[in-house]
Amino acid sequence: MARIVLHLHDGDDDSGSPQKIVQEANNETETTKTQPQEALPENSLVVEISDALSEKDRVKFTVHTRTTMACFAKQDFLVVRQHEEFVWLHDRFEENEEYAGYIIPPVPPRPDFDASREKLQRLGEGEGCMTKEEFKKMKAELEAEYLATFKKTVAMHEVFLQRLSAHSVFRTDSHLKVFLEYDQDLCAKPRKKMDLIGGLVRNLSKTTDELYLGATVRDVNDFFENEMQFLTEYHAHLKEGATRSERMAKKHKELADSYIKISSSLIQLSTTESGSMEKFSAKTADIFEKMRNMEGRVASDQDLKLVDTLKYYQRDSNAAKALLVRRLRCLASYENANRNLEKARQKNKDVHGAEDIQTKACEKFEAMSARGKEELMSFRKRRVAAFKKSLIELAELEVKHAKTQYDFLRQSLEDSLIKLQDI
Amino acid sequence: MESTLPPLFDHMDNVDISSPNDDTDIFKSAIQNNDVLSSPKDPAIMEDVITTSDEREIDGKSIEISVDEPQKIGDGMNSYLAYKIVTKTNITKFKRRQSTVNRRFSDFLGLHEQLVERYLRAGFIIPPAPSKNILGATKVKMGSQQNAESGTNNGQEWVENRRASLERFLNRVAAHPTLRLDENFINFLESELELPRATNTAALSSAGVMRLFNKVGETVNKITYKMDENDLWFADKIAEIDTLDTQYQKLHIAVKSLVVHRQELAQLTGNVAKSAAMLSTCEEHVGLSKALSQLADIEEKIEILRSEQSNSDFYILSEMIKDYIGLLGAIKDVFHERVKVFQNWQHAQIQLTKKRENKAKIELSQRNDKLEPAQKEVEEWEAKVQRCQKEFEDISAEIKREVERFELNRAKDFKATIVKYLQDQMVFQKQILKYWEGYIPAAKEIA
Repeated sequence: MARIVLHLHDGDDDSGSPQKIVQEANNETETTKTQPQEALPENSLVVEISDALSEKDRVKFTVHTRTTMACFAKQDFLVVRQHEEFVWLHDRFEENEEYAGYIIPPVPPRPDFDASREKLQRLGEGEGCMTKEEFKKMKAELEAEYLATFKKTVAMHEVFLQRLSAHSVFRTDSHLKVFLEYDQDLCAKPRKKMDLIGGLVRNLSKTTDELYLGATVRDVNDFFENEMQFLTEYHAHLKEGATRSERMAKKHKELADSYIKISSSLIQLSTTESGSMEKFSAKTADIFEKMRNMEGRVASDQDLKLVDTLKYYQRDSNAAKALLVRRLRCLASYENANRNLEKARQKNKDVHGAEDIQTKACEKFEAMSARGKEELMSFRKRRVAAFKKSLIELAELEVKHAKTQYDFLRQSLEDSLIKLQDI
Repeated sequence: MESTLPPLFDHMDNVDISSPNDDTDIFKSAIQNNDVLSSPKDPAIMEDVITTSDEREIDGKSIEISVDEPQKIGDGMNSYLAYKIVTKTNITKFKRRQSTVNRRFSDFLGLHEQLVERYLRAGFIIPPAPSKNILGATKVKMGSQQNAESGTNNGQEWVENRRASLERFLNRVAAHPTLRLDENFINFLESELELPRATNTAALSSAGVMRLFNKVGETVNKITYKMDENDLWFADKIAEIDTLDTQYQKLHIAVKSLVVHRQELAQLTGNVAKSAAMLSTCEEHVGLSKALSQLADIEEKIEILRSEQSNSDFYILSEMIKDYIGLLGAIKDVFHERVKVFQNWQHAQIQLTKKRENKAKIELSQRNDKLEPAQKEVEEWEAKVQRCQKEFEDISAEIKREVERFELNRAKDFKATIVKYLQDQMVFQKQILKYWEGYIPAAKEIA
């Protein structure tokens, strides 16, 4: 059972002393992955994040590796890693020429609890205008939200490592080995502001590179040209879809939370009322409270099934696009080698050397194209399967929640409200 | 009570969720018709909200009033909206069993003024008239003809909102055993003539300003004059009504925020539908593309459902609470009226004491010629005190009856509204269930 330790900074009271919430993570994936330690088959590499600790501005992930691969010194070991080290690992993969033909699993998003923290602070400021009960409920909601974001962050980092460790080529990478095994901090220092700007510049140069390549290099292959066009457009739509569905799920959550005030107003009302009205108001308050829970679950499942899928494939499609850009760059250098060879032939100077370079560039490009095509096909397969799974689950959960709420309302109306109505 | 199972409830059992092409789709209107206002006008919904049937019927005499969507008369600032009012009744004091008249908003305010003038002093709780909203009215007035018809959503919502509240106002008056028989009220519903323009209802007129001054004066009076309450019933009730008022206000704020959130959710769901549709056109995998386009359809339907839901939040829950806040205000008005009557009585008492003292002085000074007028004055004031005392006793008794009637109706109305609201919610859930159930096979078909 994975244990998540959260240090939740509480803005309103004892500022400074972090409030500790120890939460037993109990979702399915986490329970299955820590099954009793049965013997691993030969040559396997199983990676999981068994613990995570959230401090004020950083998250420490405990990466747990079990392996029977000969290259590792031990079979079972733990290291503590931070987000920046994941980024470091990802960058090592991306810059490795040998992996240029592969889709590099997208780097997990930076842990971001600012929204939750800000909300908590706002809640603290607004404490005066609500009852103790309301405040307690709102706070519990925010803490649950914080925890959900946290778990998601952990899961994203875990998925990144798992995709690497399951990949037939990536799993043998030396950087991955270091990342999993080396029990000291990797050189990657937490990102400072300058690094952020550096990253920005890098991103910018990447995009301009992409534009430049797109404008200057003429693709000889329709498949890749179409894929480039498709992925560019698809990525944009995924991004928009992810943003919009996230807004929808958030609003749904706020809607659910707005039932809290209604419920508590009704409870107060019931203290003034007498007889059947007292009971009726109290019962109604109770119904609104239960409806809040149900609507809240709808919101969080939409977030989990729809928003997360869109977000993940937004990043994965970007990774696939990166592959196409790398291929274009390779194509550019291939074309360059062609031109050089031509020049060399005209001048009849160093023809052999140029021929060699040209052949190598050609082979590299051909190999990369073949690999890339395979990768894109498998990306497509992976994407369709993931969407299918998520959409089915989304629909099933929506059905489940609507049915629960429908049954609950029907029951409440028949059992109590309509009876109380006649008194 | 008969209306425990409103029509929608019966309908429920007919909803066959297994067949997606079901023609008896209760939300057909929602799907085919984008008009968000269609549901509140549904008579089945509105009738239950306004008043329950037994309120409307007194000694076998019933009256049913509906206010239809208004017509814009004239142009620009001088234009106004005329509401068609249809009345069906078997009350003998009405000349006809059914009548139709056109009335403008200021006529409603005029009617309210007349009722207040006539009955507030007697201790009747006069249902408050819908509040003026100059901004909203101006928007509708100044909006081009086209706008008034097809409508910017805002203007249309505003018109529907006012229409519904005018309808509720008339039905509340009609539910009162005395007010429903008032000549002005009957005239308002039956007379084919245009009513004399109620001059002092216009917000910007000099009379309006005077009214404001009077109101300020009254408020000051309310604050400064403290009456020693000898009647325990009133002492309790006044405190209770105050508490209720506070609690209804809180509930109203909470429900209003629910309405806003749900409206926004509807809109955001619509955006998701658009995104899903775009993703679907872009998606190269045929099966997934189809499933995404179906997802877009469902989200679009849910968007409409959400705005229906938000209408239900608003027209059923929020407006009921708002009306009751107004009614609680009307109760406070009669309480205040009683205080005024009490003040008069006290004043007369003081005058009587003075006159008596005066008479005693005259008796002592043996000026017999002045004794007789003094005696007369004393008698005059004695009679006045008696009248005032009776008036005070009458208004106190009437208020007790009225508040009891109010409490009874409030309880009934509150329960009926909540039950209706939750039944609506239940129907919405069933519909959501139906939509998503239809989607599962589509999602599973992705190959």
